[in-house]
Amino acid sequence: MTLSPDNALEVRDLTMAYRDKPVLWDIDLTVPKGILMAIVGPNGAGKTTLIKAILSLHKPAAGQVRIFGKAYERQRRLVGYVPQRGSVDWDFPTSVLDVVMMGRYGSLGWLKRPGRSDRQLAMEALEKVAMDRFAPRQISQLSGGQQQRVFLARALVQQADLYFMDEPFQGVDAKTERAIIDILKELRSTGKTVVAVHHDLQTVPEYFDWVTLLNVRCIASGPVSDVFTEKNLRTAYGGRVAFKSQSAASDTTAEV
Amino acid sequence: MTLVEVLQGLFTDYTIRTVALGSATLGIVSGALGCFAVLRRQSLLGDAISHTALPGVALAFLLTGSRLPLVLLAGAALSGWLGTLTVMAVVRRSRIKTDSALGMVLAVFFGFGLVLMTYVQRTPEAGKAGLDKFLFGQASTLMSADVWTMGVIGAIALALLFLFWKEFKLLAFDQEFGTSMGFPMRVIDILLTTLLVAAIVIGLQTVGVVLMSAMVVAPAAAARQWTDRLGLMLVLSSVFGAVAGVSGALLSSLTERLPTGPTIVLCVSAIVLISLLFAPNRGLVYNWLRSFRQKRDLALDAVLLDLLELAGQHESLRHPHTVATLQSMNGRPRGVPRTLDELKRLGWAEAPAPGLWHLTDKGESKATRRFSELGSVR
Repeated sequence: MTLSPDNALEVRDLTMAYRDKPVLWDIDLTVPKGILMAIVGPNGAGKTTLIKAILSLHKPAAGQVRIFGKAYERQRRLVGYVPQRGSVDWDFPTSVLDVVMMGRYGSLGWLKRPGRSDRQLAMEALEKVAMDRFAPRQISQLSGGQQQRVFLARALVQQADLYFMDEPFQGVDAKTERAIIDILKELRSTGKTVVAVHHDLQTVPEYFDWVTLLNVRCIASGPVSDVFTEKNLRTAYGGRVAFKSQSAASDTTAEV
Repeated sequence: MTLVEVLQGLFTDYTIRTVALGSATLGIVSGALGCFAVLRRQSLLGDAISHTALPGVALAFLLTGSRLPLVLLAGAALSGWLGTLTVMAVVRRSRIKTDSALGMVLAVFFGFGLVLMTYVQRTPEAGKAGLDKFLFGQASTLMSADVWTMGVIGAIALALLFLFWKEFKLLAFDQEFGTSMGFPMRVIDILLTTLLVAAIVIGLQTVGVVLMSAMVVAPAAAARQWTDRLGLMLVLSSVFGAVAGVSGALLSSLTERLPTGPTIVLCVSAIVLISLLFAPNRGLVYNWLRSFRQKRDLALDAVLLDLLELAGQHESLRHPHTVATLQSMNGRPRGVPRTLDELKRLGWAEAPAPGLWHLTDKGESKATRRFSELGSVR
């Protein structure tokens, strides 16, 4: 396998099974630095599982993952993670600022408490997602879009180079979606790489540079203009997608 | 003894002081650790730990013949810890869900514990062993050696809780995020569970295995009602645990043959009840009052705006309108007379003659303001 530190992420032969059923089969991925990549695919395609396998949250049956050319265990500081916001209990007794500060725990390591500089980083991240007014607010009072922004801010303070985001646009209004995509583009402009699970096929060409079409197997992965084609989408979604196809592949739009 | 004598005894009487200190210690420690159990939705884990600790107590006595609190509590801790790890292993390695695994393991260990206890009772030295107090708890048998043991174990548990505060918070709120940052969350989980075992074990002699889980769940659940901050919740929960522990232990010591465990549990239940009803924001009474006020405000607004609309159709603001007119405009006509009386009390409307109403100047400006506020909605 090519071990290039020029690539943000390389995945080789990644396979995962749940009991006898394969959830991910022989996935190969190469993601260059400085791009925004969407992972799309139908329900049950293994999108979330792929991200969790890359992050060692699930143990894969086989395969290798390299982050900037090295094993993930040695590169954790370079990786940021935005889980699905439904994965935590939002009635937990804590404040917005406190949740964002959790993104600093990785750099702090064991036992050390977050200090003034961590606090400042957290406040800056909250400003970026336009949630600084909410810093002392209890998290149960947040709307879905606000929860998503808080999770994004928590990832920002990780100061990572490669971000994994699990459905960052799920259930947010148009304004929040706009705000999030602006932040992703800002990350890209500073050389960061973002890999995001995405659901809305319509916005893939507008929001992302690269796309991976996943349905247990990796159907295709590459620049949107090359791989976001009707043929590939049909393969990934099993012909259940209606297309308004136009001549150029980059103009292809799809409707579910 | 009267209550006054008991309170005086807190400072002078050795036995009363020992009992109070012991039950305060167990209340503080189980209250603090219980917060994490409650927030992690592991309330039943406390029940499992305390029940699975029983065979450990009996085995420790049978194997060593010792009645030293440290020996018995070590047996209890080991057994409770084993039981908990069994539950975790069953959940991880099979498709059995946590509640079923807890139920099974609890029953097996507790059953085995009861068998052993019965056996111990038949041996000649049983009378001296006094192991039966571990079932329902007996605070009055607390010795200063017991309290010392409880205090040292509890202090260590609280110190570790403080030291690993950040890690435990991460575990309770977002375990996977912690794993992604490289923290060994399973190790942190086992550490926190071990501390919970310690908290439960130090309460066994006073509260008993059957009801000890209440001291884990109840103070924390009550504390959650009053605050949205984890740190404050822990402090409140400890205070509630201590208050319930001391009052329950003293009450049971006052009365012959009143087992301590149930008395303490009744005390903590009172705290829970008060918290459920009267806590701001989360309390039932608070919510009831709030929704009552909202309903009243809505009713006031409706009639106020109707009066404004009627006034607009006439030359003068003072043109009176009948209650029947207002009722026909209102979605809840039967409430209109009461709402009008309320408006009069507020000085927003007046009745020049019985059954005839119009707005005051104050009422008109209020209504106009409400109208412009609602303008975008209507």
